[in-house]
Amino acid sequence: MKQEVKNYNLVARLIHWLSALVIIGMFAIGLWMVDLSYYSEWYRTAPHWHKSVGILLAVLTIFRFIWRHITTSPKTEGSAFERVVARVVHGVMYLLLITLFVSGYLISTEDGRSIDVFNLFSVPGLGALFEGQADISGEIHFYTAWALIIFAAVHALAAIKHHVIDKDNTLRKMIGVSK
Amino acid sequence: MKNTLLATGLTMALLAPMGASAADYVIDTKGAHASINFKVSHLGYSFIQGRFNTFAGEFSYDPSDIEASSISVNVDTTSLDSNHAERDKHIRSGDFIDAGKYSTATFTSSKVVDKGDGTFDLIGDLNLHGVTKPITINAEVIGQGQDPWGGERVGFYGTTRLELADYNIQVMGDSSYVDMELHVEGVKQ
Repeated sequence: MKQEVKNYNLVARLIHWLSALVIIGMFAIGLWMVDLSYYSEWYRTAPHWHKSVGILLAVLTIFRFIWRHITTSPKTEGSAFERVVARVVHGVMYLLLITLFVSGYLISTEDGRSIDVFNLFSVPGLGALFEGQADISGEIHFYTAWALIIFAAVHALAAIKHHVIDKDNTLRKMIGVSK
Repeated sequence: MKNTLLATGLTMALLAPMGASAADYVIDTKGAHASINFKVSHLGYSFIQGRFNTFAGEFSYDPSDIEASSISVNVDTTSLDSNHAERDKHIRSGDFIDAGKYSTATFTSSKVVDKGDGTFDLIGDLNLHGVTKPITINAEVIGQGQDPWGGERVGFYGTTRLELADYNIQVMGDSSYVDMELHVEGVKQ
């Protein structure tokens, strides 16, 4: 039986806020970079960074799942209905995130090229796994990114609602200052 | 049944070499003895070579009267391949050839001008990116005759230059035109 905790542990909190920052940044850079002109000095750099950060975030997220599994999280607060919705929203956000990792990888590797991560290491490409892979994965990546941002906004609004209206520990426990 | 087929085959084989009259051919895309290649400038410093992997077509050809020949080809524009998935995705997108919307390009010949020595101008309409424009392909006969497997083939080489602006395709820097290089081998029907 694990001991009950009031706050998310430091590692979980750091991963949460870092992921939030990275996801919002990746969304903005993603939207911006696909409209860059070929002659822009960012035309090569922005996608390179986007892919590098994406791979690193995927690694971090895998670690996050493991960490979540082996450590104790505080209880979810709110009504029975709110707790179910929170569970669903969290689950969907993780699923969307995984979809982004997979679809992003599939865009760049249809031709078997590997993905360079900040010139530190590269992730090998598996080549074409299905017909029209890059195009289809690109569409999925785009809509999934929008969906994740919308879910993240709902998630953030819910946290603010709990903090301001319910005055409970929902937001506080992710900052580490539960009452 | 087998004998009838054999008899028909033999009769056809006997009749075939009788005269070099107009005959119908199917472009040998099945055996990939034909290719539609393109070449675009990269920054004005070099060329990118790509091709369309999927297309189909047939032609009628008469070596004794080249001008009576005709051809029609359909190209699946989504099959664009420049050996770089990300680049191909970009070229297929709405920024360039918009293959999602204009998934087929067609070429239908309207006129053949015999220029002697096996060379000819193949004139026709190219429909690409929703725009139809007449183009001229400078072509030549490469060879004709029996293949080792009981068929008869004829092959051509052709080149033409397409101005991207003519087809409302975005021009980027020095990449205002595309040089097409066509290898067409047909199997006699």
